[in-house]
Amino acid sequence: MTKAFRPATSAAPDPVPPLEAGRPAVELIAIDKRFGTVHANRGVSLAVARGTIHGIIGENGAGKSTLMSILYGFYEADGGEIRVNGRPTPIRSSADAITAGIGMVHQHFMLVDSFTVLENVMLGAEGGALLKDGAARARRELERLASEFGLNIDVDARIGDLPVGDQQRVEILKALFRHCEVLILDEPTGVLTPQETDQLFRILRALRDRGVTILLITHKLKEVLAVTDHVTVMRQGAVVGDRRTADTDAAELAELMVGRKVRLDIDKAPARPGQAALMVENLSLIDSRGVARLSEVAFALRSGEIVGIAGVSGNGQSELLEVLAGMRAPTSGHIRVGDTEISAARPADPAGMRRLGLAHVPEDRHRLGLVPGFAAWESAVLGYQNDAALGGRFLLSHRAMQQRCAELMRDFDVRPPQPLLGSSKFSGGNQQKLILAREMVYGPRILLIGQPTRGVDIGAIEFIRREIVAMRDRGAAILLVSVELEEILALSDRILVINQGRIVGEVAGTDADERQLGVMMAGCAPDQPPHRASGAS
Amino acid sequence: MDDLFALTLSTLAATIRLATPLILCAMAGLLSERSGVIDIGLEGKMLAGAFAAAVVAAVTGSAAFALLAALLVAVLLSLVHGFACITHRGDQVVSGVAINIIAAGMTVVLGNAWFGRGGSTPDLSPDQRFMPLHLPGAAALRDVPVIGPLYADVVSGHSLLTYLAVLLVPLVWFLLYRTRFGLRLRAVGEAPAVVDTAGISVVRLRYTGVMLAGLLCGLAGTFLAIAQNAAFQREMTAGRGFIALAAMIFGKWRPWPAFFACLLFGFLDAVSIRLQGVVLPGIGTVPVPLIQALPYILTVVLLAGFIGKAMAPRALGTPYVKER
Amino acid sequence: MSARPGELPRWIDIGLLPILNVLMALMVAGIIVAAIGADPLSAIGFLVQGAFGSGYAWGYTLYYATSFIFTGLAVAVGFHAGLFNIGGEGQAYIGGLGAGLVALAFDHLLPAPVLLPLAILGAALFGAGWAIVPAWLQAYRGSHIVITTIMFNFLASALMVYLMVDVLIDPGQMTAHSRAFESTAWLPSMREALAWVGIDMPDSPLNLSLLWALGCCVLVWLFVWRSRPGYEMRATGLAPRAALYAGIRPARVTLLAMAISGALAGSVGVNEILGLQHRLLLDFVAGAGFTGIAVALMGRNHPFGIVLASLLFGALYQGGAELAFEIPTITRDMIITIQGLIILFSGALAYMNRPWVERLYLRLRADPAKTEAVHG
Repeated sequence: MTKAFRPATSAAPDPVPPLEAGRPAVELIAIDKRFGTVHANRGVSLAVARGTIHGIIGENGAGKSTLMSILYGFYEADGGEIRVNGRPTPIRSSADAITAGIGMVHQHFMLVDSFTVLENVMLGAEGGALLKDGAARARRELERLASEFGLNIDVDARIGDLPVGDQQRVEILKALFRHCEVLILDEPTGVLTPQETDQLFRILRALRDRGVTILLITHKLKEVLAVTDHVTVMRQGAVVGDRRTADTDAAELAELMVGRKVRLDIDKAPARPGQAALMVENLSLIDSRGVARLSEVAFALRSGEIVGIAGVSGNGQSELLEVLAGMRAPTSGHIRVGDTEISAARPADPAGMRRLGLAHVPEDRHRLGLVPGFAAWESAVLGYQNDAALGGRFLLSHRAMQQRCAELMRDFDVRPPQPLLGSSKFSGGNQQKLILAREMVYGPRILLIGQPTRGVDIGAIEFIRREIVAMRDRGAAILLVSVELEEILALSDRILVINQGRIVGEVAGTDADERQLGVMMAGCAPDQPPHRASGAS
Repeated sequence: MDDLFALTLSTLAATIRLATPLILCAMAGLLSERSGVIDIGLEGKMLAGAFAAAVVAAVTGSAAFALLAALLVAVLLSLVHGFACITHRGDQVVSGVAINIIAAGMTVVLGNAWFGRGGSTPDLSPDQRFMPLHLPGAAALRDVPVIGPLYADVVSGHSLLTYLAVLLVPLVWFLLYRTRFGLRLRAVGEAPAVVDTAGISVVRLRYTGVMLAGLLCGLAGTFLAIAQNAAFQREMTAGRGFIALAAMIFGKWRPWPAFFACLLFGFLDAVSIRLQGVVLPGIGTVPVPLIQALPYILTVVLLAGFIGKAMAPRALGTPYVKER
Repeated sequence: MSARPGELPRWIDIGLLPILNVLMALMVAGIIVAAIGADPLSAIGFLVQGAFGSGYAWGYTLYYATSFIFTGLAVAVGFHAGLFNIGGEGQAYIGGLGAGLVALAFDHLLPAPVLLPLAILGAALFGAGWAIVPAWLQAYRGSHIVITTIMFNFLASALMVYLMVDVLIDPGQMTAHSRAFESTAWLPSMREALAWVGIDMPDSPLNLSLLWALGCCVLVWLFVWRSRPGYEMRATGLAPRAALYAGIRPARVTLLAMAISGALAGSVGVNEILGLQHRLLLDFVAGAGFTGIAVALMGRNHPFGIVLASLLFGALYQGGAELAFEIPTITRDMIITIQGLIILFSGALAYMNRPWVERLYLRLRADPAKTEAVHG
């Protein structure tokens, strides 16, 4: 079953320019970088041919972002050499990189929200001590770039008012304005719908055809296969493969990335859903800026089933989790848990929801799931600090808390099993196991899980997924939010697709097909560009 | 009627005089905070500047040297602030508090050690100070009704530093909104990572903002010690740095509104001095301390969002750390 | 990433580094002393002698330390909730007003055993009340607590000037203070209290407030580290979003933390008004609120550290006063300077020494022979 990794484009493969033609635009030679004990890049070498799209693919933590940060001067390498156009080019700062003709589109856009497009583009390339000198020239240049590459944008709009796709174009314009010959894009599609992604790829191809060299960092195999000419695979800080895209396929790349055969599905019995544990009716949320985050969301979550929420990130799934967990009050509509009804007039809080038997594994593990400044035994009761079993009326029993933590660690194989260790000292996977253990120990009737395996190592992923299924089999109602479609497909009994805060479709887990979901996630017919709420990044 | 007019004129003149250190410090705070560095230490830098100016004026007899010394000392304190907050990413509020307390202590320790007058410096003669300037035509125009006295008594007759302070407002505005430096400074206060990736040094920009703030505080101190007064006294800034901070917030971190807030606060100060011990019919003795408290009350009310929303620079108070 | 917190053993983090910071502050102070022509070493000698040289000196030192414990705890409780309460000065001022008002209102009516607890409560409640307004403004109106508490210091000062000059002034007096309290409102001095148990101690301003201050240390420790609301407060201070996720209401934490903080700061009034002055007057806080910031930073926001830091500052204040007699060029303002330097080095520059200490430690640890020397 490798349905998750099927290349999406059926179009004819792009012509691959031969790598031998001319000197490479960029060469990295034996790049080495350590952060404390973490060896982020181990002697990485790669060459990127001019006028090609070169993919760098690897799992989270494979070292690809570090490598690009070195190329863009954000970090200085401990060893190795960078050559641009065949010349050794020391890059110690972003300024050096820009001078060398390297531009970067960051995962989190590097734009000043309160500035206009023009101001953002000019920042750092003002063309004189007074702004008015450079502004007219910048306007003309932007018009030219817009017409040449189809990057239309209102230069006087405030960034904060623009949709995400447009903000990304401003980022590309910024780089082009600085005459970049090499453009790095770091996970550029994470916040885009499939349609916006297609548009982006069209732009990238146009850039390549005009001689721009493009480095595309991603962990999505599909994208690499769709748009690149050449691909480098990284694992654990080292290059483990270098292929012409035309000569490889998803299975090979996946194996290189992960280092062993990927098991995509886990064994699970068909669901035996029972009573509805959570009813959501006409739920809407309008944020403080007046943007609708959730619109008329309605579904039922039954005990003994896993319902997956599929969607491009930023389409309301985070808000849905927050509202259901009681962290935000809905603007209208209601949520029913047993006999209790929650609405705008009668909002809940997270403590109240926990009392109703709802547990929540948050999407953002580091900022929400635990307190980094706490020891593990303190984080192990977060959210349950008022549990009577943990002490007296006013005082907490440290012994009871530490014992609880030790039990959780034993049951979920958290390593190292040391309650006294700081919460931040554990690896991502072990932190996640501890949070999962904490949320499961009370035997919740409803379990909300956001991004259960983001940044988690392979071994822990399997463990966590099995525990989720086991929880379902014990009768819990589970709502799963994940941006990894593969994870949704692997775990869900039913899949709800969310787009612009609306549930736009439902598919049974067994019938689900990735392409069908993709179209639904875009929320509209493919020829009609989606309009998206702004500021989602 | 004439009395009332004369009273109005003298109150307005006093307003401008009292607003001068506020304007200078508010512009200082604005430059620092627009770069993302909180400046609680306006008070301390102004105090240290005042001390340096008074000492150097007393020793060398030169107002120009006094000014230079004040600028130097205030910038040095700015550098300490920058070293703690920018280089070592320390807490900006804590650093500002430290600077205020160090300045309050050291000025008296040194003053006492050097002059033995309980922290005060020797009295200065007019030629060692910045004296009121009489603008051309002030005397000639005095007899023109309304405009004449207004020009002669309100516009004319301030020290060079006061005119400089007023001139600084459009200058700071121009710097912030019309120059490359201003664009970068505003950007670094909003989103330092953006500035960094644009290949511009966050550290250098923030140091520049902080040091410019030092310069302006030095000017304010000079004004207090050797223009408005003729010597340094212990704690002579008396909370003006905080009023200026309040004015800057009241002006929502923008030069012109901050300037008008300074005038308003200067006016309140002038009025409260005028009303000291005055018994108004029907009201009784004016509770002067409560008038003096008005700037603080107004700022609190503003911050509470009852008069519009104060929008601080987004990265204000957060040290810049490169993310992985 | 290179210097992840916590890679050093605890004794370096909570022992060596804070001591290094204080030493650096004192070194700079020493340089200033030398610069004004005095001998730093003999200055230290006079200082120590003046602070600890006699029972009388100890009395003064501990009297100062009492106020600093209150304000230091106040700042620390705020820090644990992620709030920087710069308003200790004003809260102490208003706390004193609370104690004084209770004393003035009831000193003819109630006996000491009833009146004193009421007055102590009055100090705490008034201090808490003065802190809760900025807390409420932060929690529900989004105003920044640092700015509002600064403003409230000035407001407290203006209010007290108004009250003392126009309202509470002892009729027929030129100076702005209230009438003296009846002795029922006098908190017994330590000399009296020790005399009850047959110990003789020279007269000093030290009074029973010290015991209340030490009691507050224990209470604060229990509250912050052992109680359920304390857990919620620390979670909020360390990771606000995580606290929200955990069902902790940030507004409630802000109000509670600031109320406790204000009550502690207000208790300065117990020491100054009930314990020493026995009347309401102007400017009795005399900077203790700001000293609290230095004390909390130096004491790492822990009651034990705060007691030690308060003792140091008490000694500096008392020894400094004696020192000014011996070396007239070093006034008490030198102590203010030291206070500022300690805030700078222990607060704003707290992590300045960490990188090199870490490198040194790792190098020494790499060499096992030397490790013995370090631990032994």
